Amino acid sequence: MLDVVNLTHTYGQGPTAHHALGGIDLKVSEGELVCVVGPSGCGKSTLLRSIAGLIQPTEGHIRIRDTAVTGIPGDLAVVFQDYSRSLFPWLTVGDNIALPLRRRGMDRQARHRAAAEALQEVGLDGAAAKYPWELSGGMQQRVAIARALAYRPALLLMDEPFGSVDAQTREDLEDLLLKVREHHRMTVLLITHDIDESVYLGDRVVVLTSAPARVAGELPVRLPSPRDQIATRELPAFVHLRAEVGRLVRAKDRRG
Amino acid sequence: MSLTEAPARPGPAAPAPRRLRRARGTLWALAARVWLVPIALVAWEIATRRADTVYFPPPSQIAARMHEVWLSGPVSRLFLTDEALGTFGPSLGRLFGGWLLACVLGITLGIAAGRSRTLADYIDPIIEFCRAIPPSALIPLFIVLFKTGTQMQVATIVYGVIWPILINTIDGARYVDRLHTDTAQVFGVRGAQRLLRVVLPSAAPKIFAGLRLSLSLAVVLMVVSELVGSSDGVGYQLIYTQQTFDMSAMWGAIVVLGILGYLLNSSFLLAERHILSWHRRARQTT
Amino acid sequence: MIGRRVARGATGVAGLVVAAEIAGASGLLDPAVLPRMSTILLEAVRLPADPEFTADLVATLRVWAMGLLIAVLGAVPLGLVLGNLRRAETAARPLVEFLRPIPSIALIPLVTLLVPSTEAVKIIAVVYAASWPVLINTMYGLKDVDPVARETLRSFGFGRLAVLRRVSLPSAAPFVMTGVRLASSIAFVVTVSTELLAGGVSGIGVYMIRAGSGLRTDLIIACVLWTGALGLVANVLLVRLQRQAFRWHAVKAVGEP
Repeated sequence: MLDVVNLTHTYGQGPTAHHALGGIDLKVSEGELVCVVGPSGCGKSTLLRSIAGLIQPTEGHIRIRDTAVTGIPGDLAVVFQDYSRSLFPWLTVGDNIALPLRRRGMDRQARHRAAAEALQEVGLDGAAAKYPWELSGGMQQRVAIARALAYRPALLLMDEPFGSVDAQTREDLEDLLLKVREHHRMTVLLITHDIDESVYLGDRVVVLTSAPARVAGELPVRLPSPRDQIATRELPAFVHLRAEVGRLVRAKDRRG
Repeated sequence: MSLTEAPARPGPAAPAPRRLRRARGTLWALAARVWLVPIALVAWEIATRRADTVYFPPPSQIAARMHEVWLSGPVSRLFLTDEALGTFGPSLGRLFGGWLLACVLGITLGIAAGRSRTLADYIDPIIEFCRAIPPSALIPLFIVLFKTGTQMQVATIVYGVIWPILINTIDGARYVDRLHTDTAQVFGVRGAQRLLRVVLPSAAPKIFAGLRLSLSLAVVLMVVSELVGSSDGVGYQLIYTQQTFDMSAMWGAIVVLGILGYLLNSSFLLAERHILSWHRRARQTT
Repeated sequence: MIGRRVARGATGVAGLVVAAEIAGASGLLDPAVLPRMSTILLEAVRLPADPEFTADLVATLRVWAMGLLIAVLGAVPLGLVLGNLRRAETAARPLVEFLRPIPSIALIPLVTLLVPSTEAVKIIAVVYAASWPVLINTMYGLKDVDPVARETLRSFGFGRLAVLRRVSLPSAAPFVMTGVRLASSIAFVVTVSTELLAGGVSGIGVYMIRAGSGLRTDLIIACVLWTGALGLVANVLLVRLQRQAFRWHAVKAVGEP
């Protein structure tokens, strides 16, 4: 479904150039949840921005459902880390979710119905008339997820989506993601620096090296579903996988 | 996690004693702020009575004269006299006419130049040069082009007040948060939607700052243009009372200008707080 | 990047000049109403050779500089006092809020009756208008002083005056400078306005009125170009000065466009 081949990105030119991505190969199949782990500043965000079509890669190409990505793909949604800046503070929660749906050719009523449904799904029913800044951080991120859900994307990109919330909220949001993803059979590419989170959420974990980022290794995650914050995390398989991912991340640290 | 997590709103009415205490506190705060005003007024009254010169009539006399000239009309017209309507009507008309025209022109051009680096590069030096010209320097030109009258005055106001609007709009539209534009782009919000729902609201706080500044500038330019060439309005009133040596009425006109400026500024602030409440409150909570 | 910006800017200016010239030459604009660009530019180049114009220019600059100087000398100390005494500041605020919006131009008819010298009338009007931004920015600058820095010094036993000199003044200085910069452009506008209104014998405004009564539109516009150049140069110089003096401080002004 998502096919990234030899993706390379360099900022600037000459001796001051910064090589963010050094040839990344990555495949995500339909319905899969893939977590990309790497240390901060390794080019994870550049990878995500390239797939989203926000920046042009220097080399390599990206295909979504066998269509080459040039410009912004139509059936792709992004949940950014910084919810307070990715939600528009001048629009209500409902309008924030409804605004992108114009592109789907829905009329006003349909848009607002879709927004209300999406809010219900993330456990925020009745919050449509509020403004984002009236909600707590975790709730704002739920709104961002609701906006992505309502958009019905073929591929959902998430950039450190739970990086700015407290630990308890983070677990709630992780389980929320697993639930809605199960329900919609969505394909998700999630970027994180948290090894535990990548193992807990992913069907597969891809580890990147530090910049210029390459794929250091891939691990399939075979943990029973549905996952549980306590039970899953104490499984020997979870502990083992976490150590494996940790070793890959370490290896790259020593090298860099 | 549920909706109960929402940040605490001011609860229902506070218990009576606390409300009373708060009211008393507000009164004290108000008194601490305005106590100098009556004292200054009384001191001025005493000083002018002592000095007894025609040029400095006491405030009581100014107030009486203002009342007589402008506020002794029929109840049905809020006590305004013909004279008041004939003076303030044209002045306010020019003021708002020129200001609104400048708003439309400034915001339109500002959004265009703010969103297009290329356009901004081409017109930047022209803007810098034009806004360095004192607007009053154009009055002699406008007099030749438009003769004296409303056209000349509106032209002066528009030219004088457009720069803060234009510069602030360019600034606001240029520095829209990267994540806002990225989000809009990813979710396919473009064209008019993007302009109206993303760029304009995001630039609004800056635009409003420019609008407020330009409104107070408009008062100044209204007076200047009326002083130079007009047969009605507050500026003309100033000249006329000077020539007829009606000192109290002249001071009255000056006082009116102070009140007008104060009222315009505070009502604009009020409207701004209302319209941009999301901006203020989003700032407070993050 | 910068080279391209300059090139584009120059293209923009040249384009405007050429377009105006073509409009004039093709008869799109009546030359009797709006003279041709080439005529205006020629006049603008000739103006500095006109002794009358240079005398008027000097007169304008003198009023501008005198007014600004007096305003700074008066408003900075007043701002320092008000900024340091919170109660005085709260009490004075409503007076300031009322007096500030009174256009200094509106005082000219009154001041003309009181003061015989037109030059003094002009300077008074300039001082009145230019004082506000200096006063308000000085007060604002003192409020912005880092209380930790101030309390640190106080805890080491420094007195009020020493704290004022070592902490408050240096940190308020960039704000004062911004106020002066704003005041300078306001002073220029008021200077030219007073020349149109209070008349007198010299000043660019007076020169323009004379040109206007002779219907010499080309001369008027040439003068306008010179006032623009003058304003621009003054502004650039003050911005440079500010950047040089306060490289460590990025200032946000009160009431800046």
